[in-house]
Amino acid sequence: MTFLSRHLLGIGHLSVGEILTILDLAETYVEFNRRPTKHDAALAGKTQINIFFENSTRTQMSFELAGKRLGADVMNMNAGTSSLRKGESLIDTALTLNAMRPDLLVVRHPDSGAVNLLADKVNCSVINAGDGNHEHPTQALLDALTIRRRKGKIHGLTVAICGDILHSRVARSNMLVLSKLHNRVRMIGPATLVPRILTELGVEVFDSMQEGLRGVDVVMMLRLQRERMTGASIPSFREYFHLYGLDVEKLSHARQDAIVMHPGPMNRGVEIDGTIADDINRSVIQEQVEMGVAVRMAVMDLLSRTRVESTDNGSDSAPKRHAAGSETVP
Amino acid sequence: MTLVLANAMLVDPEADTVSAGSLIVKDGKIAGRDSGGEHPSDAEVIDCNGKFLAPGIVDIGVKIGEPGERHKESFRTAGQAAAAGGITTIVTRPDTNPPLDNPETLEFYVRKARAATAVRVRPMATLTKGRQGKEISEIGLLSDAGAVAFSDCDLPVRDARTMTRCLAYAKQFGKLVVGHPQDPDLSANAAATAGSFAFMKGLPAVPPVAERMGLERDLALVEFTGAGYHADQLTVADSISVMERALDAGLDVSAGVSVHHLTLNELDVSDFRTFFKVKPPLRSEEDRQAMVHAVSKGIISVISSMHTPQDEESKRLPFAQAASGAVALETTLPATLRLHHSGDLSLPALFRALSFNPARRLGLNCGRLAVGTPADVILFDPDVPFVLDRFKLKSKSKNTPFDNQLLQGRVLRTFVAGKEIHGSCCGF
Repeated sequence: MTFLSRHLLGIGHLSVGEILTILDLAETYVEFNRRPTKHDAALAGKTQINIFFENSTRTQMSFELAGKRLGADVMNMNAGTSSLRKGESLIDTALTLNAMRPDLLVVRHPDSGAVNLLADKVNCSVINAGDGNHEHPTQALLDALTIRRRKGKIHGLTVAICGDILHSRVARSNMLVLSKLHNRVRMIGPATLVPRILTELGVEVFDSMQEGLRGVDVVMMLRLQRERMTGASIPSFREYFHLYGLDVEKLSHARQDAIVMHPGPMNRGVEIDGTIADDINRSVIQEQVEMGVAVRMAVMDLLSRTRVESTDNGSDSAPKRHAAGSETVP
Repeated sequence: MTLVLANAMLVDPEADTVSAGSLIVKDGKIAGRDSGGEHPSDAEVIDCNGKFLAPGIVDIGVKIGEPGERHKESFRTAGQAAAAGGITTIVTRPDTNPPLDNPETLEFYVRKARAATAVRVRPMATLTKGRQGKEISEIGLLSDAGAVAFSDCDLPVRDARTMTRCLAYAKQFGKLVVGHPQDPDLSANAAATAGSFAFMKGLPAVPPVAERMGLERDLALVEFTGAGYHADQLTVADSISVMERALDAGLDVSAGVSVHHLTLNELDVSDFRTFFKVKPPLRSEEDRQAMVHAVSKGIISVISSMHTPQDEESKRLPFAQAASGAVALETTLPATLRLHHSGDLSLPALFRALSFNPARRLGLNCGRLAVGTPADVILFDPDVPFVLDRFKLKSKSKNTPFDNQLLQGRVLRTFVAGKEIHGSCCGF
């Protein structure tokens, strides 16, 4: 399977083959990351710049670690210290960074579509690390990998995504991955946070956790985006927890072997009960973090290969390889 | 001085006919028609080669950058663009900086316009001072200074009491109030129309009901005050039945639609293309079709360009932050001709919405081919195909959603008061 995309801007642009290629390669990186020595040269000599216009500790660290384990030179740029504070436009920031000839830009931005805009203006590959309420493709891919490893497959499952769907780029990207791979997607939450038009997109919508969780294989909780709530979408956090917080009683409606996921960071006592989050038999939240590094390594590896193939034809670049099981990816 | 525009197909929106003939122009006014005989020996005869001659477009709701944003559009460039687009009267918006809310600024504005362009410029003034929605503008003095209608443009007057007073006061002067029907709370910060497209793109969205709410409020107050009211743009199917009821009830109301809402839909935005960001945002295909139908039924009587020049910087931003609006003086005719080519609107029906109705609504003596009216006419070929190159537009700003699109129909010559302001004399 070949991987043709130049950027990873969203799941919407990926074919099923590309998604599976990423997951298969990420599998090999999971094993690789569990070795005592974690160093590969797939991105040796490449420059990766992480630009986060919106704060995020875990995602930025995950991308940084992924790049470093593949041998890239990694730089971080945070909006708080950047010239954006001095009024520089997004485009000018992009052009400035582009002039430094990076090979990979990892971008997070608070506005939907901002990463697409930036990708139009640069010569290197761009990875969307979350743009507004639009997409967060690597999160959805790492979720898919986590599910596949736990359930042994990533098709024909019923997955419930619960909570603040409206403000969640994770929900959108997950919905796209899961439907492309032929899973049933349910979305559960109050009418103010789960638009009913979602039924037009082939999603089942529920306003009751008990009904929506009935028989599901995977329960995906979303963080209640306190900072994104414009106006009064819910009356109070305690009412929200009462109706939609995942506790033992609500989880009992799901399949006995259902797994519980959360993209983090968690609001314990708002959307998820602490005892469930810590239950190692149900919660795969820590595993998601581990898969995150592997998936990001796979994505960066694949993007750097397409760049080599598309731009350096005939040059002396050696055939790409990586330490762990390159034979799994033709 | 007599001018004969001979051998033309005359598009008469008033008579609802297209007929072969010649148009005779004397002293800047239409003097009559003949079907081919002798002309006075001193007459200048222009052979139209069987192309179409129609009343020039009267465009309600054009934004010009002056004063305040001349880097986006000046009277001169807007005039050139209008002439090239077959628009002979531009009815301008007062959402300038500063806004046109006092007679002194308006007089200056009119003087500058006259000096810069041969296209007729008829200004609207603000309905409330500073478009703040608090105090009524000096409608009397502004009317004396030349204001043809009153509008706060895309800022609806939020306070119903103020709106009631504005309507009652404007009625006293027989002046039209041009409203922007939109609930201000539901539409705050919206960049797209609520629905599955906006959801998947993660864009802040306004539900279509916001327009109906704004329209129903305004129409209730119009009924209460008896004022004359024109809705600048109707864009959603829900609004049409509301408008139809008001027309049936005999209220002094009318409605317009922009060329963009007639020819594009929300899916054109695709991957966050900001040249497709307009206000109100583009709607669903069902809504677009409902607007076309409403124009053909006469429920919407006016088509406007809603020309809104924006520079590159204000469009090269993430979608939600980018400025709204599109230039359209030069694209309105070719784009609306799509509705002619698709069989939705006859040429006379199209020019009723582009020329005749807007002129009549504002009490202007143009938009017709009647004897004694100003010879503001355009000669056009509705069929000639071309691919639009935005950098060839005469507008100073190039923010058109039709860039690189195939369009059909071009203006060959434009006359204002019998004087050619675009065409062969201008190097074409």
